[in-house]
Amino acid sequence: MRHIISILIENESGALSRVAGLFSARGYNIETLTVAPTEDTSLSRMTIVTSGSDDVIEQITKQLNKLVDVVKVVDLSEAPHVERELMLVKVRAAGKDREEMKRMSDIFRGRIIDVTETTYVIELTGNSAKLDSFIEGLDKDLILETVRTGVSGIGRGDRILKI
Amino acid sequence: MAVNMLLTGAEIVIRCLQEEKVEHVFGYPGGSVLYIYDELFKQDKVKHVLVRHEQAAVHAADAYSRSSDRIGVALVTSGPGVTNAVTGIATAYMDSVPMVIISGQVPTHYIGQDAFQECDTVGITRPCVKHNFLVKDVRELASTIKKAFYLARTGRPGPVLVDIPKNITNEKCEFDYPETVTIRSYNPVVKGHSGQIKKALKLLQEAKRPMIYTGGGVILSNAADKLTTLIRMLGFPTTQTLMGLGGFPATDRQCLGMLGMHGTYEANMAMQQCDVLLAIGARFDDRVIGNPDHFGEVKRKIIHIDIDPSSISKRVKVDVPIVGHVPEVLGELIALLEESTVKVDSKALSAWWSQIEEWRGKDCLRFKQDELIMPQFVVQKLYEVTDGDAFVTSDVGQHQMFAAQFYKFDKPRRWINSGGLGTMGVGLPYAMGVRFANPEATVACITGEASIQMCIQELSTCKQFRLPIKIINLNNRYLGMVRQWQEMFHGNRYAESYVDALPDFVKLAESYGHVGMRIERPEDVEPALRKAFTTYKDDLVFMDFITDQTANVFPMVAAGKGLSEMILAEDL
Ligand SMILES: Cc1ncc(C[n+]2csc(CCOP(=O)(O)OP(=O)(O)O)c2C)c(N)n1
Repeated sequence: MRHIISILIENESGALSRVAGLFSARGYNIETLTVAPTEDTSLSRMTIVTSGSDDVIEQITKQLNKLVDVVKVVDLSEAPHVERELMLVKVRAAGKDREEMKRMSDIFRGRIIDVTETTYVIELTGNSAKLDSFIEGLDKDLILETVRTGVSGIGRGDRILKI
Repeated sequence: MAVNMLLTGAEIVIRCLQEEKVEHVFGYPGGSVLYIYDELFKQDKVKHVLVRHEQAAVHAADAYSRSSDRIGVALVTSGPGVTNAVTGIATAYMDSVPMVIISGQVPTHYIGQDAFQECDTVGITRPCVKHNFLVKDVRELASTIKKAFYLARTGRPGPVLVDIPKNITNEKCEFDYPETVTIRSYNPVVKGHSGQIKKALKLLQEAKRPMIYTGGGVILSNAADKLTTLIRMLGFPTTQTLMGLGGFPATDRQCLGMLGMHGTYEANMAMQQCDVLLAIGARFDDRVIGNPDHFGEVKRKIIHIDIDPSSISKRVKVDVPIVGHVPEVLGELIALLEESTVKVDSKALSAWWSQIEEWRGKDCLRFKQDELIMPQFVVQKLYEVTDGDAFVTSDVGQHQMFAAQFYKFDKPRRWINSGGLGTMGVGLPYAMGVRFANPEATVACITGEASIQMCIQELSTCKQFRLPIKIINLNNRYLGMVRQWQEMFHGNRYAESYVDALPDFVKLAESYGHVGMRIERPEDVEPALRKAFTTYKDDLVFMDFITDQTANVFPMVAAGKGLSEMILAEDL
């Protein structure tokens, strides 16, 4: 099962490597990992998408909690939440493809944020599945480059992750 | 002290150690720690023990902690000093031993430039410490050291490393040792959940075939007294892990001995067949319960008390988890039990005990002492000669298992060995650490001719500090435990397990200024031991026992097998 783990962690050098090291040492997988400081600059918030049986996820949260730098851990996917990922795609946009690219971008509510005579850079936000289907919908030969941020997530309503 | 008196980082390090009441530091100097050594030189409250290899410094500090409830401290230089220390740190980490390691680092402005004797200490040690720090500002030095001691001893204990760049040790700031520490991200639980403890009691009182299984957590948390009270009140059988020996008196009838890969028949059978299992400060590891699926075939209710939630339901699903400091939880359990009027099912219990006595009747540790010295026999005699009251360290191999099986530990912190990592070479430096922590104690190191050679250089440290350790070398000319596996699982192909070109250990010991003895006949075993512990009481005696090369450790649960699928000596 896919899980989205959110972590509040001390914003200190080396903290990221403690988390990454834990995952590799114990053989847990990381699909995506994002990290950035929060409004309280002494804290960073990390979002990790991982997968595993309930037992494995339980161990992951326990092991994360054991790290001295980790302040809080929640499994976002346990309750209602929203998740978003941002992707930038550079596509070939020349001749007949130019119109098609514009159309695809519109359908997926993307934005074209860079234009040259032969290329577009399309910005797209959504959950990971939406970004995947956008990529699948494009002609492979026209994709020049993609970059994704990995998932960020937040609980719905009153679920708040804060100290 | 004047309010704004400035101290150098090196002075601060020493002041912090004094504040922590550290009496001994085990270490080895080098470029990046020279300012610290200079300050050590200028005072005499903190004594430095110069080892001959940094690995031994860390092992000695580790045993200092294990054999007392103080915290061992090791001091090593950057680069090779640190890499030599890693084995020691990982060894302590696997057994959750509290310890503080101070390492030198190249100056801050050199970090990352591949400077002479630079290594990424924080990176290299990260997976084998509870936590580590790189001090980047002298003003944070004192509070960091305070945190290191606090982290090492609280919660699930473990080694904590503080990496200090050389320039920091020579920069100045005001010294103020904080009295308390708060780390917002670190709040170990102490008290167990009362509701869960009540549930546990209920299960225990309803049990028909109860069993109490305890580990190193009982020793580390100083819970042996409470554990003993509880077990005696309940009248249940108990077993200890390799790390838990001494948590309950081994000579008590209620004790079924050690369990696990080389556990007793009765302990393993009772563990497998019980209907209610109380696990305390233990972690169901592979050497203890064997194959978890096989263990799960018998349905039983499991109560698990541990300070570390991640140890609970890791390998075996638990019914009643209780996270808390073991003595606190046991105290609460005892109080509830005292108040309780519930009667246990004494009929079921006495049937269970007769079953256990039948298993015990197999006498699974039996061995025959013929013309060659049996290693078990030496340990038995050592037990007699020392009145069961020595501190015993061991290395890793068959001799370690014989020591665990045949030396009956009645007290905690007397049995010092590397359980989790299984590190050959710990025996002698462990004995040193024990002796510094317990200056009057009788200390024996049970070892093998291979293990002892992994830290043999420490014979020199022992001479310098006049440590009257008794080394019991069970010399079978083989990597015995490796040979046993090759005999049993690899068609008697003894690949590289013969220990060739052995030194003359008697002469070797003598060359370091110690007493050496070689014992070749069974009838000489006891007299030699007596002589070592009386005539040579104040000397280090290296006793080289030439033992039967074919002796194997039984019972044995082969890797991957179920706990009750033991191979017994009588089966062969
Ligand atoms: C540092 C290290 N290297 C290798 C091993 C694997 N190993 C486990 S027991 C053993 C043999 C130990 O031989 P010895 O010290 O003579 O003890 P014996 O088993 O013969 O009693 C070896 C090589 C280990 N535990 N530690």
